[in-house]
Amino acid sequence: MIRTQRLAAGVCALLAALTAGLAFPATATADETDTQAAPKVELVLDVSGSMSARDIDGGSRMAAAKQAFDEVLDATPEGVQLGIRTLGANYHGNDRKTGCKDTAQLYPVGTLDRTEAKTAVATLSPTGWTPIGPALEKAADDLQGGDGTRRIVLISDGEDTCQPLDPCEVAREIAAKGVGLTIDTLGLVPDAKTREQLSCIADATGGTYTDVQHKKELSDRVGQLVDRAADPVVTPVATEGTGQCSDAPSLKSGLYTDREEFGQQRWYKVEVNPGQELRASVSVADDRAVNPSYGVLLRAVTQHGREIVRGEADGDGRTDVVSTGLRYPKAEGDDDTPAETVCLEVTNSFSPATGVKTTPGLPLEMTVDVVDGPDQASDVASFGLGRGWWLLGALVLTGFVAGLLWGWVSRWRVAVWRTN
Amino acid sequence: MKFTRILGTALLAVGLAAGPAVADSSPSASPSSSDDSKAPTEAGTSFRTAAEMDQGVDATAGASTGDYLYWSFAADAGQRPTVKATVDLPDKHTAQTWQIDVYDGLRRRQACQYGAQTRAAAEGATSVELTCVLRTVRAWSEQWSDDPLPGTYYIRLTVVDLADSDLGLPVSAKVHVDSKDVGGSAAVDGSLAKPLVPGIAVTSASGDDDSADEDSSTKGAVLSAIEPDDGWSSGWWSDRWVWTGIGGVLAALAGIGGYALTRGHGRPYRVPPGA
Repeated sequence: MIRTQRLAAGVCALLAALTAGLAFPATATADETDTQAAPKVELVLDVSGSMSARDIDGGSRMAAAKQAFDEVLDATPEGVQLGIRTLGANYHGNDRKTGCKDTAQLYPVGTLDRTEAKTAVATLSPTGWTPIGPALEKAADDLQGGDGTRRIVLISDGEDTCQPLDPCEVAREIAAKGVGLTIDTLGLVPDAKTREQLSCIADATGGTYTDVQHKKELSDRVGQLVDRAADPVVTPVATEGTGQCSDAPSLKSGLYTDREEFGQQRWYKVEVNPGQELRASVSVADDRAVNPSYGVLLRAVTQHGREIVRGEADGDGRTDVVSTGLRYPKAEGDDDTPAETVCLEVTNSFSPATGVKTTPGLPLEMTVDVVDGPDQASDVASFGLGRGWWLLGALVLTGFVAGLLWGWVSRWRVAVWRTN
Repeated sequence: MKFTRILGTALLAVGLAAGPAVADSSPSASPSSSDDSKAPTEAGTSFRTAAEMDQGVDATAGASTGDYLYWSFAADAGQRPTVKATVDLPDKHTAQTWQIDVYDGLRRRQACQYGAQTRAAAEGATSVELTCVLRTVRAWSEQWSDDPLPGTYYIRLTVVDLADSDLGLPVSAKVHVDSKDVGGSAAVDGSLAKPLVPGIAVTSASGDDDSADEDSSTKGAVLSAIEPDDGWSSGWWSDRWVWTGIGGVLAALAGIGGYALTRGHGRPYRVPPGA
């Protein structure tokens, strides 16, 4: 009798401590999706007169470039469509107008025939002007078509000699026209002005700028950039946000790009079913000179204008993008609860540095994911479980006191029973 | 009776001693550097192209001063990641300042608890070392907070202050991510249905049928395909189960002990019936 009581007390205490619900949220995995279109790369080489300067490891700049091209052509990954364009390769004269049109496609963008491409490169000799702007425009045309990533690698040793067409603005415009086009620039023993211009071109398209002083650096870097083009990357879908929610484009899960001018608002719409969670993140890139302080605000707003949640980010100083994001889990509803239209508003507080063109707008990248909603927390601790020495102490004390009381009560009951 | 009491006391002592030991050895998702995990030798240049790396490996990259270098890694609930970066600077350079920023899967900047996130390199310095200790990743947080959640994390390494003459000079960078396993003290209630991995809604919708070609060379593009070595934790296990269970057992034993005390030397038992 007593033994069973003890057992019962123990089991009770154990059960009381372990009473909790169990849930098994599904383990998520990220899988690969289908393959995508072939990436395209165009190498744009400056063949202007200054390329004959012999200041790269004792050889001429042209020789260094040729050697680098040979190595890069040998190492180009399968599947990359590669083309070569020259600037300033053909016109010797002094006529600026003609000189500034001097850009030619040396090897068309397509499946690479290494011998042919190398032979074409070998014929080059330093000649004319440096029409960077027109060459970039033409290079962008060469890369037209296809869904793959597109990359221009510009190798130059001097600044553009064909002003007023600013190659930096040209770069920004061609980046704004097409989706997923990047220009990487390399400066061969550049002076300060060349460096400034080439890095401006790179910044305008989210590319990189490299300063080349040695032969090896050149071939390594160009090879690296071509390899980079071969990496599979998700191509974003171009969309155009509007000034208000009512006529905003409706987005599904995916990656999007848009352009947003300084001080502009962009609205998008996303449908969220009850029990689903909306995740959105946005990055706004500064593809031109901007003032030091900046910020980005992403707000999720109901159709009636009530703000649900916001993501904010700001910063100060040198940056490529400012980004923020938000989550909005919509509560479970009845079966007939309709999907909610959530409006997403993106604003930026970049301000252009003096003398910088404000169009086209800043590149904006947005990810939208609508996934199953989270299991909401009903307690701070996992399943409301306890942890630590205080918990053990409290439980031991409670158990002990309960045992004592139980013992006294049963003694008293036995005594009462016996007297009766 | 004596025997039961001794046994009870002994069990109590054993329980008390074993409590924390058992609790500490509880299983949990720990970042282990497995041999098959490859260390990336390139870095990405944007969130979209970030190079995916596992925790515990050294990711390296050659780059130009001024590049924005991106890597991504996966961090699971209960981990407190530490990001370390070393940048080898070119032979000749002027003073410059380097910085690492860590962003979560929603591209929200994550605060560093401590560590030199930004550091200035004096003129001619050969390298600069940066550290960022993140907050502990929790399984759940309220939608309005930006607490770290399980999912993809992005590292951005860049120079934030430099002289124009240094722009484009070659540097090499090394990044390493480690996590401290915080364990049950960070086990919160609630959990996300899917980790905070960008693009997961797209990949989980279309990727169910072709997950077999994961290792094939024609790898399709996804925003982020990284996950911890042993998968994302399901979130229900924590050492709180052990603590609470042991607490229950101890409470039961203490109850038995308390009850036994009131029995004295077992008087009611030995009293002959009707005495």
